[in-house]
Amino acid sequence: MINMMNTERKQYVRRDPRYGKDISSCGIVGFINHDGKLTDGSYIRRAIANMHDRGNGLGGGFAAYGIYPEYAELYALHIMYDSKDDVQDVEKYLKEHLKIYHSEDIPIFETPKVPDYPYFRRYFVEPTEKHRKFQADDDYMVSIVMHINVHFEHAYIISSGKNMGVFKGVGFPEDLAEFFRLDEYEGYIWTAHNRFPTNTPGWWGGAHPFALLDWSIVHNGEISSYGTNRRYLEMFGYNCTLQTDTEVVAYLMDLLVRKHNLDFQAASAVLAPPFWKDIDSMSEERKNYYTQLRMIYGGAALNGPFAFLMAYSQGLIGLNDRIKLRPLVVAVNGQTTYMSSEEAAIREISPELEQIWAPRAGWPVIAKLNESPVIMSVE
Amino acid sequence: MESNSVAQQEHTEIVDQLGIRSLRPGRYFGSLPQYYVDRDHDKCIRCLVCVRQCSWDATFYDANRNIVYNKYENCVNCKRCVAMCPTQCIRIREWTDGFRDNDNWSDKNIRGIYKQADTGGVLLTGCGNDKEYSTYFDKIVLDASQVTNPSIDPLREPMELRSFIGRKPEKADSSRELSTKDYPNIVAEVPIIFAPMSFGSISYNFQEGLARAATNMGTYFNTGEGGLHPNFYKYGKRAIVQVASGRFGVSATYLKQAAAVEIKIGQGAKPGIGGHLPGEKVTAEISRTRMIPEGSDAISPAPQHDIYSIEDLRLLIYAIKEAVEYSVPVSVKIAAVHNVAAIASGIIRAGADIVVIDGFRGGTGAAPTIIRDNVGIPIEVALAQVDQRLRDEGIRHCGSIIAAGGIRSSADVVKAIALGADAVYIGTAALLAVGCTLCQQCHRGRCAWGITTNRPELLPRLPADFAEERLTNLLRGWSHEIQEMLGLMGLNSIESLRGNRLKLRGVGLTKYELDTLGIEQAGR
Repeated sequence: MINMMNTERKQYVRRDPRYGKDISSCGIVGFINHDGKLTDGSYIRRAIANMHDRGNGLGGGFAAYGIYPEYAELYALHIMYDSKDDVQDVEKYLKEHLKIYHSEDIPIFETPKVPDYPYFRRYFVEPTEKHRKFQADDDYMVSIVMHINVHFEHAYIISSGKNMGVFKGVGFPEDLAEFFRLDEYEGYIWTAHNRFPTNTPGWWGGAHPFALLDWSIVHNGEISSYGTNRRYLEMFGYNCTLQTDTEVVAYLMDLLVRKHNLDFQAASAVLAPPFWKDIDSMSEERKNYYTQLRMIYGGAALNGPFAFLMAYSQGLIGLNDRIKLRPLVVAVNGQTTYMSSEEAAIREISPELEQIWAPRAGWPVIAKLNESPVIMSVE
Repeated sequence: MESNSVAQQEHTEIVDQLGIRSLRPGRYFGSLPQYYVDRDHDKCIRCLVCVRQCSWDATFYDANRNIVYNKYENCVNCKRCVAMCPTQCIRIREWTDGFRDNDNWSDKNIRGIYKQADTGGVLLTGCGNDKEYSTYFDKIVLDASQVTNPSIDPLREPMELRSFIGRKPEKADSSRELSTKDYPNIVAEVPIIFAPMSFGSISYNFQEGLARAATNMGTYFNTGEGGLHPNFYKYGKRAIVQVASGRFGVSATYLKQAAAVEIKIGQGAKPGIGGHLPGEKVTAEISRTRMIPEGSDAISPAPQHDIYSIEDLRLLIYAIKEAVEYSVPVSVKIAAVHNVAAIASGIIRAGADIVVIDGFRGGTGAAPTIIRDNVGIPIEVALAQVDQRLRDEGIRHCGSIIAAGGIRSSADVVKAIALGADAVYIGTAALLAVGCTLCQQCHRGRCAWGITTNRPELLPRLPADFAEERLTNLLRGWSHEIQEMLGLMGLNSIESLRGNRLKLRGVGLTKYELDTLGIEQAGR
């Protein structure tokens, strides 16, 4: 924490947010216990450490669901301050706009492997009665997140869901797990990311997962359609501030699923649309359905190589791009579903597996609490 | 005085007989030739093809001397004779190296003044603005994938160009009801549409070629303001039909058989002014198509006299929608002018499903040169501003943008789409595909290539089959190139390019220009 005030450090260098786009290619892993049984952070740490070579030490991160049972009904804001200059102002803003039940520093373990780091605090909040009259809680929280990320130069809300949190930064993920003391948290869904940024120095805000409300995304690949997606999202009031292409996925899921009420299959078909040649040979009803999705949501389609894990409070979704340019394997053992870039990472924490397969390009795998995993096909 | 004028007349007669120059008293410089037809008389076999092919009264045969000669001042450098000569004995050059060096007074200015002093008229021209303004497309470069995202090979993977043009709902119905049924769109398999060119300004055969090529490639052609010939109603599902200020050829049937209806407010080559098809060009077929008497002048007023305001435009948009029972999208075409973003926003809010922005490089069948060359703004900046404005107002999905006026290659198409266009119009490129040499004489109605004329003797020079084949080839070639460019950017669908300005970088532009275009400097 002592080093964090040095704003000249490269990790904190930000590019013009209108143009910035960070490219990364990475390793991802995640799992969900369908019964909601909690496991501590050591499992996910071991799994992602197994894919050490998929990253280069410039970024890693974790999302965990079920970690704040004592504040389960409140929004947990994880805020990263890359300078303490903004802390007072942000807290003043939060007090004016939210009811804060509890706030504290996010506990860390200082280790030489993570030499420089920003300041992390978490706030357990809900909208005030006054604001509730005008807007749904979630909409209001999104506007708060966007406001802080855009208007406070040194503050980033890195997660804002209920009973969940994101821990991320610059370093190898296993070192960051140690730094954030993840072994002390227990969750029923865990995802992790090991980052290999290729064209800009990594910075703490640009690490994965990216989160908005309940949604958190870890991503391996590059979103070549980022320029289109970002401008599409701007029309709906989402501002991309973190300069990494993956950010758009979190916002797209929020838009499609929460605001437009699309089901996961439809949302997946928006993100990784079926090819016209396939749509054209579908039955009339399905053809019309997929045609309208592509017509309406052309700006939301993701192009380029990707494998995603998208987590929310009720489940975990794995999705590949339309021509499967990134690896993704899914495995099931007992009541746990695993998804990963490499099988080895899964075997590391669950040597015995009942099923393991590589999902087809563009076909989402949806693993929900209290349900068995489903593979959605487009036809 | 008397003798002087007699001498003058004799001189003129002699010169006329010799066929060298059509000198008129006081018009020495006005008839100064611009081009020199360099004919190798040793190679020339006196087949007289060039004499028969020249539609400009510039090429003659003197049987007495057994020599082919030219009236150079009539040559427009259309290169018809060059192309047809079996022995390749003709080359066309500049007549001189120009007047005495002068960076301020160009040859074009000087000649313009001579011509006006001769005639007292407004100088007319065809085709698009040819002045040396910056072409922003030439200062924009594209991105490509290297290592981190693989480029995609369009010969091995699907590469989708299908584009929906028209108004779309903001979101899909979550109950799986079809939410687009009240949103008619046109579906182009290639995002390139043939620009509005009326029958009258272009030949019957050329328009049929456009219609057939559009059908072959799953895209559209635009009738322009001259109506649709009854023989072409069979191509109706591929036709965008125009309703312009002259209302030529507009009837309920005309509107109902079309794929889309376009209200023409303005044209990039001549923003703010109307048009005039001289009576001598109004042949029987054109009279039938335009629904005006044969031989009468076809005058398009500058404004539409029932549209003096945005609310008037709304009335016409909805009158048309009522007439077609909301079955096809309604487009509004405007010239790119300074306040284009606000105007386009108003047009979309007035109910149009498509807004066409026509840049100042756009072509024309006839326009005053002074207007063509000095009015309007480049399509690149107009497009960038319109797209951003519609997004800022949250109404981008309410209408599609078609960019027109200045699209010269598949790279321009890609750049226009990345700047924010849903599709583009091509006019001049289509003319070039069927043999046009940009001699800019379309307004004279005697195009030696049979493209912008309906004279019976010239019409057979461009058969519809020939036009169809060449136009189809052009679209096919450009489609392949667009697919290659998408693939190298790591995209496999055109919608991921639309508005994707991160794929563009500027070279040699000022910060202010880059900001106006919404793109970043190359290297950043």
